[in-house]
Amino acid sequence: MTNYAFFLGCITPNRYPGIEVASKKVMSEFGIALLDMKGASCCPAPGVFGSFDLETWLALAARNLVIAEEMGVNIATSCNGCYATLQEANHLLKHNPKLKDRVNESLAKVGKRYKGTIEVKHVIELLSDEVKFENIEKKVKKPLKGVKVAVHYGCHFLKPSETRMHGSAERPTVLNDLIRSLGAEDVDYKDRAMCCGAGGGVRAANLDVALDMTAEKLDSMIEVGADCVVTPCAFCHLQFDRGQVELNEKSGKKYGLPVVFVTQLAGLALGMDPKELGLGDNAIPSESLLKKIQ
Amino acid sequence: MPPILKRQTIQKSDKDFVNEVIDLGSKIFPKEDLITLRACLQCGTCTGSCPSGRRTAWRIRQIFLKTLSGLRDEVLSSDDLWNCTTCYTCQERCPRKVRSTDIVRVLRNLAVKEGHMRPEHVRVCEIFFKYGHAVPINEDTKAVRKRLALSELPPTVHMYPEALKEVLALVDERGFRALVERKGG
Repeated sequence: MTNYAFFLGCITPNRYPGIEVASKKVMSEFGIALLDMKGASCCPAPGVFGSFDLETWLALAARNLVIAEEMGVNIATSCNGCYATLQEANHLLKHNPKLKDRVNESLAKVGKRYKGTIEVKHVIELLSDEVKFENIEKKVKKPLKGVKVAVHYGCHFLKPSETRMHGSAERPTVLNDLIRSLGAEDVDYKDRAMCCGAGGGVRAANLDVALDMTAEKLDSMIEVGADCVVTPCAFCHLQFDRGQVELNEKSGKKYGLPVVFVTQLAGLALGMDPKELGLGDNAIPSESLLKKIQ
Repeated sequence: MPPILKRQTIQKSDKDFVNEVIDLGSKIFPKEDLITLRACLQCGTCTGSCPSGRRTAWRIRQIFLKTLSGLRDEVLSSDDLWNCTTCYTCQERCPRKVRSTDIVRVLRNLAVKEGHMRPEHVRVCEIFFKYGHAVPINEDTKAVRKRLALSELPPTVHMYPEALKEVLALVDERGFRALVERKGG
């Protein structure tokens, strides 16, 4: 059994707990335990807190990192935003001793000390590097035959590429490979690498701008006949799910593209009950997709 | 179309602004990343790649021109500075390797110091000051968590009030609450 400290963040536990439960179930199927990080806070969100004051953002991120350091295990995240903050903070602190000392001065006030002993991973990395797709393929009970998946990577899993080190940010393949290992078809669509619109504090302050970007992506996915959009990011997940409701309310359109988190899709292919994976808890119903699978 | 930079505005320029940006940014990022700002040759790959620039007046190339020209107030008070989703596409594609998204974050930090904050973002901070989460739990999600056999409250600061105190102590130690709650300048 490999243990990871599961960094929940905000959107996963407080809006889409299906992401939490699906990630735990799928990982445990492959001998990975996602452990609680007791007392973790918001990562804090890179868009608002990083934009407001990078040093505070870093100190709060370091506190979360220390929780995992004290547990003696690496972190796993289910949100590109949390990944962006914690992975970058860890990277910056490991490479800049002066910065580390300054942050530790702040942390000393709450009796904590950052050491730089752990790594921050994304659940995609756990599936691709630790579990490996060929092993997932072997365990697939319900191949997602005929299901057309529009993959949305989200920005911060891949970029900045010098820090994330997952290869090409322009033409990534890891999620497409995963989708195919589950028996589904990954459909290409216009401007696939484009942002969902939510990041950088734009969703909070300029919702119409964020939604305009979301609509462009949704239109491109629908145009190629996608049955669902699959994301590896709780915040993108929220933007596509709540965003469709908001777009329908604002524009009178009738968006209804199911939004599925990557571990939820894996869970379906492994034969898990859609309800137990939280697929019934999105704002946009998943029925049209589930019918295709049965 | 009027010129982006008028002679009069250039005369009001703050020659130290670029250094201010580089110095503040270098506290967090490697200095060699920040000085890439000086390498911008205004090719426009950034603006051409920007999804936000396709639907708003946000022009990242223009922001760099203005920053290099020392138009401090214009840059920091710009509302469009907050239309960047930090997608990093510009930074990835820049042929001069300008760390554009990192620089945008530094510019925003300076804007906030000057009191230029969107009330919606201040609200997000206030929620964080109360709960330790930018998006806290609600009754609907509690019910979903229960149904999914998860603890009603997640094992975060929501479940551990002592941990929330720690978070808020850090916020105060950094003077962050005072920064956010200050009236805009």
